[in-house]
Amino acid sequence: MHEMSLVESIVELVEDEGRKQDFLRVRMIRLAVGALGHAEPEALRFCFDAITKGTIVDGARLEIERVPGEGWCSGCRRIVPLEERFAVCPACGNYQVQMTAGDELRVTEMEVE
Amino acid sequence: MCAVCGCGTAVIAEVPPVERPTAAVGAPAPDHNHSHVHPEDHHHGDADGIIDFGKGLAGVHVPGVSQERMISVERDILSKNDAFARANRTRLRNAGIFALNLVSSPGSGKTSLLVRTINDLKERWPIAVIEGDQQTSRDADRIRSTGAPAVQINTGKGCHLDAHMVGHALDQLSLGADGLLFIENVGNLVCPAAFDLGEAHKVVVLSVTEGEDKPLKYPDMFAASDLMLLNKADLLPYLDFDVNACVAAALRVNPRIQFITVSARTGEGLAAFYSWIEKRASVMADRLDWPA
Repeated sequence: MHEMSLVESIVELVEDEGRKQDFLRVRMIRLAVGALGHAEPEALRFCFDAITKGTIVDGARLEIERVPGEGWCSGCRRIVPLEERFAVCPACGNYQVQMTAGDELRVTEMEVE
Repeated sequence: MCAVCGCGTAVIAEVPPVERPTAAVGAPAPDHNHSHVHPEDHHHGDADGIIDFGKGLAGVHVPGVSQERMISVERDILSKNDAFARANRTRLRNAGIFALNLVSSPGSGKTSLLVRTINDLKERWPIAVIEGDQQTSRDADRIRSTGAPAVQINTGKGCHLDAHMVGHALDQLSLGADGLLFIENVGNLVCPAAFDLGEAHKVVVLSVTEGEDKPLKYPDMFAASDLMLLNKADLLPYLDFDVNACVAAALRVNPRIQFITVSARTGEGLAAFYSWIEKRASVMADRLDWPA
């Protein structure tokens, strides 16, 4: 359940932005979470309300944008979709694919007041 | 306020007795040169030398209301941990300390492996250990019985060590230059993969009483590690565990991973592990000699 500490990191990051960008409250927070990453959106949601209570993020709506997995296939010489982190290329089936997307774990946007 | 962790000024717990009369772990990270004293809502230490991170997040004021607006942030959620990890890594490298982060599921034999390793290597290297567990100081006690200094971090509800915790533990540890630091992570094959602690390498320990397909079921950890130790090899004659299949599974998720079959009980394979340490530590030392 490392999503607990991920949400704690989100709160710290937002508090930090709040000092820099001068806001006092967050209405909505949008995350980009890669489909092949190590964070589960449902677990993030589960922790979000509990962890954010009493902080600058308290009561904020959590929007999670899933970023699909993609990788570079050296055989096909193009970006291919990736279902699993270490899957073979779905097109040629041969080469180890170098993951290029799907590992994201970012705060991308906030609605603040 | 501490510029690295922003944790204010406060005092940390007593250092447990250690055998080697050495200075604190290298030069502290930049802007982190202070005894950590925390306000009551950011307390990590107690008099037993246990650092407890189970106390939860600090309360923060919720102030009034102003104009609504959208702001773009684009910041990595783990960026703060990664900054702490970089500071730890710099601090360890400057002190010439070679640090390994041992990760595994619970019960793979990490602590037994460490006790054996320390007993075998303590004449060769100064060794210290950071122990991560949810509760108790049982593992640190086992390590201290070898004579090596150990700091126990209790993570409370946390399922992994993070770089901030390890930085605080480094403040407490005494370890001479050119030493070895073992960080025994919380037994968990999922979460610790995401958190860089500033170590030179992650070493994943898998015991042969577990399934040989673990690397495929928990790929993140095997992808993040540089070495896989297949422990409890003395039990292989009594099990159906297929070492080759396990290695093939690990290589599938991480084509660069190295592996050694060991037994903390009989000592089988440990010489190979010790030469791996020797080799990797000397690579790190050589790199330190390179011009910046």
